[in-house]
Amino acid sequence: MINYSKDAQHIVTLTIDMPGLSVNTMNASFRSALAAAVAQLERDKDQISGVILTSGKDSFFAGGDLRELIRIRPEDAQSCLDMVEHNKAILRRLEKLGKPVVATINGSALGGGLELALACHYRIALDQEKSKIGFPEVTLGLLPGAGGVVRTVRLLGLQEAMPYLLEGKQVSPAAALEAGLIHALANNQADMLQQAATWILANPQAKQVWDKDDYKLPGGAANSPKLLPMIMVAPAMLREKTRGNYPAPEAILAAMVEGAQVDIDNALKIEGRYFTRLATGQIAKNMTGTLFFQMQEISSGKSRPQNIPKSSVKKLGVIGAGMMGVGIANVSAARGIATVLKDQTLEKAEQGKASVAQILNKKVTQGRLSAEKAEAQLALIQASGQISDFTGCDLIIEAVFENRELKASVSREAEGYLPDNGIMASNTSTLPISSLAKAVSHPERFIGLHFFSPADKMQLVEIIKGRQTDAATLARAYDYVLQIGKTPIVVNDARGFFTSRVFSSFVNEGLSMLVEGLPAALIENAALSVGMPVGPLAVQDEVSLSLSRHVTEQTRADMLAEGLIWQEPASAAVINSMLDQHQRPGKAAGAGFYEYPKDTSINGGKKYLWPELEKLFGKAGFTLPYADLQDRFLYIQSIETMRCMQEGTLESSRDANIGSIFGIGFPAWTGGTVQFVNHVGIEEFSRRAAELQASYGERFALPERYQEFAQNSRQY
Amino acid sequence: MTEAYLFDAPRTPRGKGKKDGSLHSVKPVSLLSGLMRDMQQRLSLDTALVDDVVLGCVTPIADQGADIAKTAALVAGWDWQVAGVTLNRFCASGLEAVNLAAQKVRSGWEDLVVAGGVESMSRVPMGSDGGVWAADPQTSMQTDFLPQGIGADLIATLEGFSREDVDAFALRSQQKATAARAGGRFTSLRPVRDINGLVILAEDEFIKPQSSMETLAALKASFEMPGKMGFDSVALRKYPQIERINHVHTAGNSSGIVDGAALALIGSEAMGKRLGLNPRARIVASAVTGTDPTIMLTGPGPATIKALGKAGLTIKDIDLFEVNEAFAAVVMKFMKDLQVPEEKVNVNGGSIALGHPLGATGCMLLGNLIDELEARKLRRGLITLCVGGGMGIATIIERV
Repeated sequence: MINYSKDAQHIVTLTIDMPGLSVNTMNASFRSALAAAVAQLERDKDQISGVILTSGKDSFFAGGDLRELIRIRPEDAQSCLDMVEHNKAILRRLEKLGKPVVATINGSALGGGLELALACHYRIALDQEKSKIGFPEVTLGLLPGAGGVVRTVRLLGLQEAMPYLLEGKQVSPAAALEAGLIHALANNQADMLQQAATWILANPQAKQVWDKDDYKLPGGAANSPKLLPMIMVAPAMLREKTRGNYPAPEAILAAMVEGAQVDIDNALKIEGRYFTRLATGQIAKNMTGTLFFQMQEISSGKSRPQNIPKSSVKKLGVIGAGMMGVGIANVSAARGIATVLKDQTLEKAEQGKASVAQILNKKVTQGRLSAEKAEAQLALIQASGQISDFTGCDLIIEAVFENRELKASVSREAEGYLPDNGIMASNTSTLPISSLAKAVSHPERFIGLHFFSPADKMQLVEIIKGRQTDAATLARAYDYVLQIGKTPIVVNDARGFFTSRVFSSFVNEGLSMLVEGLPAALIENAALSVGMPVGPLAVQDEVSLSLSRHVTEQTRADMLAEGLIWQEPASAAVINSMLDQHQRPGKAAGAGFYEYPKDTSINGGKKYLWPELEKLFGKAGFTLPYADLQDRFLYIQSIETMRCMQEGTLESSRDANIGSIFGIGFPAWTGGTVQFVNHVGIEEFSRRAAELQASYGERFALPERYQEFAQNSRQY
Repeated sequence: MTEAYLFDAPRTPRGKGKKDGSLHSVKPVSLLSGLMRDMQQRLSLDTALVDDVVLGCVTPIADQGADIAKTAALVAGWDWQVAGVTLNRFCASGLEAVNLAAQKVRSGWEDLVVAGGVESMSRVPMGSDGGVWAADPQTSMQTDFLPQGIGADLIATLEGFSREDVDAFALRSQQKATAARAGGRFTSLRPVRDINGLVILAEDEFIKPQSSMETLAALKASFEMPGKMGFDSVALRKYPQIERINHVHTAGNSSGIVDGAALALIGSEAMGKRLGLNPRARIVASAVTGTDPTIMLTGPGPATIKALGKAGLTIKDIDLFEVNEAFAAVVMKFMKDLQVPEEKVNVNGGSIALGHPLGATGCMLLGNLIDELEARKLRRGLITLCVGGGMGIATIIERV
């Protein structure tokens, strides 16, 4: 597992190569192997000149063993603390060996890998752009518990360490060098080893800076006049983002500041206590379970039909050069796919292409994209007014206005240009795919690809299987979504699919509260307080009230046509009143639930709630328990998800969790709409839902199959 | 039970709390020892009879560190038998010292106690003593710490006090203080003298008689920036019924940063007779309490109600109030909630005009109040302050 070899210059190379794993992980067997290796170094100390720590894999080291961590229960606190203390003691012995120790970082060093490297006196990394160096722990609800917090603070200073520890910032080796995380870059493996040997021989007395007598914390001590104002405001700044829902960044900030005020060994103890607190807590499990394991399942194709060879799209057709069509063309070209962007006229298509150029130029100006790459990317997009340009496309996505007849006619027209195995996709967000598929002659090769706006930023694509969509089509659509670097979830065809349905339940809940007479600010703040990124009224303004009414009317017409019972949502009355009596259709019009002042002398030019809302809907003195408001927002989305599960729209908790977080901003701390039920516990969830049902309506009734559903979801 | 009587309540003038303030060259221990020597001489006090010196100080480090109460007694040449203790209840420290002295006397365990407080804010800056509440992230997050000014702005937002409202209140404080100084209302004021006996400062120097609604309106909101940096969202998490905080407090309608000290001689009736001193007032009741620490400054109302309850009095029984003007909205909320007419409140101005030497203020308000009750021949007065951590304090006195 850790190969120990000594060369002619008496340099020991420790090569970490964990058997049966594609990457090195800090699990129990690694820890004992490292302990043995360090013990041997201590025994051989007088016969060695230094140590090189390297990896036998393509990457250096991947970090902690999340499978091990996710199993830690609250009652395991003592053994968890013992485990991290033991691990840190070994690393401490390594850095206090009295001989120079060099890490040669031959690929990504994330989390535990970087912690291992930070326990070495000198760090050299292979200079390759794709390698990532950083601490992703915070994004999984954890903190770097092998001295990462303590050593990064001591290396960079409190303020400089913050982005890496609190935000999980990952950088390339070149950027890591500039930041001071590593000491040198190497062009290749041989160069790296050569540099390591040279440094070892030149620095026989190597010591960590923090173990030197004259060590001072870079950037100043935590209570220094220079840093104190920043330290005092840091908790408020942090909580403005987290709303107090994410224990990990809070624990990291606390461990950073508390650790900076004591010696390194005590700082490591403090870090260990905070790590244990997070590792035994539920939120780290929610986040790790969904954002790591379920995400991994999705990228490895678990929701994709098996036994169908992998495919890729060589040429893509996009119908409609509006905002969404442009976004799809942009993200596809970014991954090297030749894209035909077609609209009714060449001129309109060119306008669409020009807005891609605008997005790319902005990236170039910001230094996030090279000018050559931007040019090459733009060259892949062919603006067109002619349908015949679709000849040779593997996949055509229509992204025209949400109108059934229009969508039918463009799909029918384009279908003829596809080869025999080509697929046709609709980017509808609400119209049932099976009904749209009626327009084409090959409904088995018709599928829904629901992108989210703005397409270049939103990671999720909701794939909708029509009733007749075949497995090969699904597999190819899935492959395409992965090809463009996005995250696919797979759902069955139903009105609103999954994400739009759950999203509507959230907005409708907010509008219901308004109808009940609650203050608008209270409604918005309640949604934000549980971690929703935007309040229901603000988001309704973004979507526009008129679009929502259009969708509601379409749904009503469809349902009545199908002989189904139509029940007007609570939101309809509010939306009608805002649109018809007050002419406030939303943000684009500059007037909705919010005012959007153009004049910066009014509220600094920032939006604010329309004061008339209180007169129109408010009931003076009426209020409800705040916890009810908070729970209503989370519970209604989980219950709507349960309905989707029961009705078969959703097939896995994985798709529900990932879809809810990345599609509609359901808070990540919950692990998603299904995991939130596990977070609360199914018994408690069902008890609380019954309370909400009694007070606020039948929409909080749990679907019959919830018990079974809950049991199934427990396995995650 | 033994009653606790107030015999004397001298204070220094308040010097501007900056380098160009008249008292910046004076050590805090000298502010105190000067008052103590003056008291001893005026009253021909046998200091061996003083059991204890209890002094409030909010930043008890550096020049104010190491138990400044005992140090000042030694510097003043008081008898070695006199003990000394320094206490910190944030802005209530000076009044807490008075209450504690009264409690010592009423318990019968001590007979004569000097209470008071000191703060040289120009020499020992506010907040320089550190403390985990604001500076330790875990503590700050667990307790939803906010700078006080944001709490004051939050009060104004919740109560609907506009910038004009708070500025108008501040202007009245300036006008009342200006008139009081000119009319010699601060009869307990004792000049600060140098080692040669020469006067350094004889009158309050922070008052701004030229203040107007226009000059006040021109001042920048002091807490808008920290609010924007994230503290507003801490407040909104606790007060979700509001959309945003209206930042109305400025340097002009908040208490001033000043230097100063105050003392109060408190003892039993028997001790007063032995010393040949006439009691000026009886300490009737006192109370401390706590309210939401995030809004932080709503303690005066509940503390007043608690003290009135102990005394068996109602708000109408109080003739004059001293409500510390930490921020205009604090006093305005107090008057609104307890339905106290402004004619009875801070009749000679308050900390907005005169300044707020943190550890001394509570005791200074006591001195101002007894001076004014005597001048107006009124009977009862109440002192109250908002206090860090959401606390409130109140003391009721009655002329005898």
